[in-house]
Amino acid sequence: MSLFPETMPRPEPNMDDAGFWEACSNRRLAFQSCNDCHTLRHPPTPVCPKCRSTHVHWQEAPEIGEIFSFTRIHHASHPAVSDQLPYIVAIVTFPELPGIRFISNVTETDSIHIGMQVRLWWDDIGDGVYIPRFKAI
Amino acid sequence: MTSATKKPCIVGIGESEFTRWGGITDCSQFQVTAEAILAAVRDANLDPEDIDGFASFSNDSNEAMLMQVALGVPVVRWTSMVWGGGGGGSTGAVAQACAAIEAGHAETIVVYRGLCQGQTRRFGKFGQGRTHGNFVSPFGFFAPAQMLAPLIQRFMHDYPITELHLAEIALSGRANANRNPRAVMGGRELNLDQYLSSRWIAEPLRLYDCCLETDGAAAVVITTRERARDLPGPVVEVLASAHGSGPGWGTGPLGSHNMPDEDYCSTNNKQNARTLFAKAGLTPGDIDVAQFYDHFSGLVLMALEDFGFCGQGESGAFVEEGNIRWEGGKLPINTSGGQLSEAYVHGVNLINEGVRQLRGQSTSQVKDAQTCLVTGGLGVAPSGGLILGRV
Repeated sequence: MSLFPETMPRPEPNMDDAGFWEACSNRRLAFQSCNDCHTLRHPPTPVCPKCRSTHVHWQEAPEIGEIFSFTRIHHASHPAVSDQLPYIVAIVTFPELPGIRFISNVTETDSIHIGMQVRLWWDDIGDGVYIPRFKAI
Repeated sequence: MTSATKKPCIVGIGESEFTRWGGITDCSQFQVTAEAILAAVRDANLDPEDIDGFASFSNDSNEAMLMQVALGVPVVRWTSMVWGGGGGGSTGAVAQACAAIEAGHAETIVVYRGLCQGQTRRFGKFGQGRTHGNFVSPFGFFAPAQMLAPLIQRFMHDYPITELHLAEIALSGRANANRNPRAVMGGRELNLDQYLSSRWIAEPLRLYDCCLETDGAAAVVITTRERARDLPGPVVEVLASAHGSGPGWGTGPLGSHNMPDEDYCSTNNKQNARTLFAKAGLTPGDIDVAQFYDHFSGLVLMALEDFGFCGQGESGAFVEEGNIRWEGGKLPINTSGGQLSEAYVHGVNLINEGVRQLRGQSTSQVKDAQTCLVTGGLGVAPSGGLILGRV
């Protein structure tokens, strides 16, 4: 069972972020890193903001992240979330990946706080598409 | 250097009726916008033939070239549109108009925004095609209230900011709206108990922390100082304008929140504020009244800090002392009721209120106001601000 019903908006990869979603389809959460100066960046963008190189590799994130901030959402701005209220959207960071913040959901918890550790899980939304979400440890 | 005669001035302001979203059903958004522009031109004692430029922001769909036809404007010498969605470009559109006038591209430019959310789409709902949508929509991060809430959550974690401080922004704005017959929420009082018992939208934001969704349009006429001098009406000078963004914002809170750490709990205006005060030759202490872009209460607190009215993390204490109240406050803010309680015209109604203050025409008039700060949309890129002065 995926977290949201199938009417939930799905990622529609484009040429700039295809690498991210390709990794996700293999259940790997990976972020863009400059091949020349190793600066991490997100969301994906074709040029390194530090050294302007266009050479990238995708660096895998660890399974454990940390809550940088969050909101518990009580209002359905899309019909797909009407039965899931309230749900949590969190800004997740990884001590190993400086400069990266990632928007995701935190499930299986009633309490959440800034600094809390969370573990990655993969939400199978069908057709080979997997969405990276997190749960309380 | 700008010559004194080229210093741009606001000579006219105009607005449509403001209603709740879906309230305007008898004419199109385009017509509502055209009528707001005509009202601003009349207010300036000018004719539509005098307009030679149009400026807007946020991909306003009331296209300037169609507006030229509709209003019978013979020659257009300037059009501009500030990049980016959201209201971040409201004051930026004024900055571009001023730059065009100072450089001699055009003489009389209308800045306008028409936004009937009942006819287009409600901003509180999911919108297709958002930039970086792939990194927000599949997670249920759909609307600006949800997207800016984590900034305020973190702000309240890092500094002594409480729900009572958020409440003060909402209550102060509502009290001002109660004196303003144009305000959508003008006839509805709001007290702290009602605020605290209102429903959550996206924690820590409650219903009354979020701006209205409305129908309406607003416009501003800007011309040269020289031309302004020949007009019979009151003149307000644009003492300074600045718009832009700090490093690394991109889609910022409306995307993956990858702003620099030191700017996370900010409105993306630290550099704009420095530029603005330096250009005007003023300090925050010289500002008599301010109109902060109040889409969400907590960002107004951050703006008080970013624009230097108090130190980092001190905005809670600043508002708790009554400083933003119309009665007795050191810096009355959002004197029309703002976007929380007057109407949400993407910040152009805030510019109009700034002009009214300096003309002595506000329904919550600050006595003898000489200077007014107006900001663009906060916590987005680009953002910006204006310092208006009484001539």
